[in-house]
Amino acid sequence: MAIFQVPNISIAGISACVPEDEYNNNNYDWISEKERATLIKTIGVEKKRHAKKGTTTSDLCYVAANNLLEELKWNRSEIDLLIFVSQSRDYIIPATAGLLQEKLSLPKTCIAFDVSLGCSGYVYGLSVIGSMMATGAIKKGLLLTGDISTLNTSFKDKSAFPLFGDAGTATAVELDANSKAMMFNLQTDGSGYEAIIIPDGGIRNFANKETSFEYHKISEGIYRNRFNIALDGIKVFNFSLREVKPNVIKLLHEYKLATNDIDYFVFHQANKLMNETIRKQLKLDVEKVPYSLKEFGNTSSASIPLTIVTQLAEEVCNKELTFLLSGFGVGLSWGSVILHTNKIVCPPLFIYKS
Amino acid sequence: MNITDFISKLEEEFEDLQPNSLSANDVLQEKFTWDSINALIFLAHVNVEYDVEITAEELIKSSTVQDLYDLVESKVQKKG
Repeated sequence: MAIFQVPNISIAGISACVPEDEYNNNNYDWISEKERATLIKTIGVEKKRHAKKGTTTSDLCYVAANNLLEELKWNRSEIDLLIFVSQSRDYIIPATAGLLQEKLSLPKTCIAFDVSLGCSGYVYGLSVIGSMMATGAIKKGLLLTGDISTLNTSFKDKSAFPLFGDAGTATAVELDANSKAMMFNLQTDGSGYEAIIIPDGGIRNFANKETSFEYHKISEGIYRNRFNIALDGIKVFNFSLREVKPNVIKLLHEYKLATNDIDYFVFHQANKLMNETIRKQLKLDVEKVPYSLKEFGNTSSASIPLTIVTQLAEEVCNKELTFLLSGFGVGLSWGSVILHTNKIVCPPLFIYKS
Repeated sequence: MNITDFISKLEEEFEDLQPNSLSANDVLQEKFTWDSINALIFLAHVNVEYDVEITAEELIKSSTVQDLYDLVESKVQKKG
């Protein structure tokens, strides 16, 4: 079982960046006014940010990271690890992490690579960067996570379009002998790979002039082509309600902790109905479970740090806190981490202007 | 669990439904918007209330309130 601790690592700072253009779901006229009202209430997304065509996830992550490094006053030559977690890379090849290493003026001694994960990506990313740094050789590292999901979502798909927003984040991680260990529980069920999928454009279904671009009616109010994100709502829903709670409980039990020991539970911002159901399953107080869904939608691997930056900045800057972070979705992949923060740097949300 | 209780909880859960408006033989489609969103609300409701999981295929086969009740009840039984 992938339950493990990573010692001697702490988070020094977290930042996030979203594009300036805001989309209001009250203007989503693909569906009727009544359906729109039910939809907004159920998924909990009123507004979200849409990147302009040509803006990439790495552009958002760059702004978040560059500003965070300025605030931290870190010497960039000391950063020997950069991990970019995203499913919206700049190019098919090469990996995006290298472009960011150069743009952020990090040294050539820096390890840089991509990790392809979505909803679970922040928690997985922390486990990878933490484990590599726990060897002791790397003193400072950057975890950059996020996605531009709006570009490949069909406007005529009511099951996906109102849900997703774009965001990029940066988390600065450092070697710290005095830190409490991070505790992880990570899981996978690849049998559900089709539950959230963009079918064409990879090697399995290479882009095809005849079939990839054509729009198909899937059901009432749902039209998309094979480059668009396809969501099987009920499958994803059942998966999340089945797996997240036991994953969290198992992690708490393993390290002899109770929900009362945790100051905040920050969940991947999937949708309001799903997250609230999980909150009720775990019997958590509303005050302990912050949301950024209403203003930013589901932002994939950016959703956990974006929620911390927009909802908990003051506390995370001024207080020592214990968090339980949990991501779940595309893959299907899910995982939770318990970690401590001690007055970290957390600048206000950055806005990307192109 | 019993069906009277099941129905009153459904009436609480769905805004479209007035108290005491639903009966066992009602066809779901005729009583309210039985669409994908309301299906998800139903799944969430039975998950929290009865701790059972229902698939899309099972849901499609249910056309009346009684069908839904039988479905949930059979799952609760199976759990023991």
